[in-house]
Amino acid sequence: MEEITPDKKINIKGLVCPYTFVKAKLAIESMDVGQVLEILLDYEEASRSIPKSMEDHGQKVLKVEKINDTDWILQIRKDRD
Amino acid sequence: MEFTDEQVLRYSRHIILPEVGGKGQARIANAKVFIVGAGGLGCPVGYYLTAAGVGTIALVDNDNVEISNLQRQIAHSVNTIGMPKVESAKRTFEGLNPDVNVIALRQRISKDDIIDLIKDYDVVVDGSDNFPTRYLVNDACVMAKKPLVSGAILRFEGQVTTIMPGEGPCYRCLFEEPPPPGLVPSCQEAGVLGVLPGVIGGLQATEVLKLILGKGEVLKGELLIYNALKTTFRKVKVPKNPHCPLCGENPTITELIDYNEGYCAMQ
Repeated sequence: MEEITPDKKINIKGLVCPYTFVKAKLAIESMDVGQVLEILLDYEEASRSIPKSMEDHGQKVLKVEKINDTDWILQIRKDRD
Repeated sequence: MEFTDEQVLRYSRHIILPEVGGKGQARIANAKVFIVGAGGLGCPVGYYLTAAGVGTIALVDNDNVEISNLQRQIAHSVNTIGMPKVESAKRTFEGLNPDVNVIALRQRISKDDIIDLIKDYDVVVDGSDNFPTRYLVNDACVMAKKPLVSGAILRFEGQVTTIMPGEGPCYRCLFEEPPPPGLVPSCQEAGVLGVLPGVIGGLQATEVLKLILGKGEVLKGELLIYNALKTTFRKVKVPKNPHCPLCGENPTITELIDYNEGYCAMQ
């Protein structure tokens, strides 16, 4: 699969819900439609809840990947302002 | 707007809402709200708008805190009895949220200064307890084209409406003139259930936030009536009156009026 270069990256390791989504949402709000946000996190529940909430808000989840024992990487494309 | 870590935590339940988000929270932070009265209605309105992070809140009231206020005026306390209500409320609101700039105006309002007082504000809230003030605030908001969220309470019943000058009816479309002095009892004479201003003030604060956010529908052209004994909400349509003396086609009221004669309990 083609690698996507994110337009913005945030590291929210150490944060728990709901601040994980709050930080992700604030980041994506500051971006333009079509741009991709990459999120590094270590709170397992957020690896499921952030993609679900982002889709509820009209954004596109491009990637949810567990990269090691503790961390996940998400890629979200901003589809809606 | 960049939020501090503390603000991200404080406003997180707003930011999560699709209708608010960081952008909406920034609008709230930049908003300026003018509240008439620091009593039963002004206390909960100011309290919730402070919690919500409204950037500037002005409070105008000429009274001091008395023990008989504490049954319903939740921003005051035994520690502030004797203090001007606006100072007492300012102290409470600043303790709740240091982001908010609370401007305490201990004074009566009159036809000579109200337009100047409200000119820099986005929304006006009427929490006054008397007809002279209610009509003065309505007239000033229509003339200055300021959205006005009006609330009133008596015994077990409360009312809320939102006046959008130029778009919907004003208070005089509903009642052209104030009732004669003495005809309608005041809260002082008739009593009021202590939680009633909390319900009505909460509704007023909600209207203000929707106006700031530009989301949802406000009570434009509608009077919401709450009956606490029956637990009922009733919405009454209020049409714009083409013969309204203030905002009708041929207005007869072209300058502000102080209805002082014979009325007590001026704000």
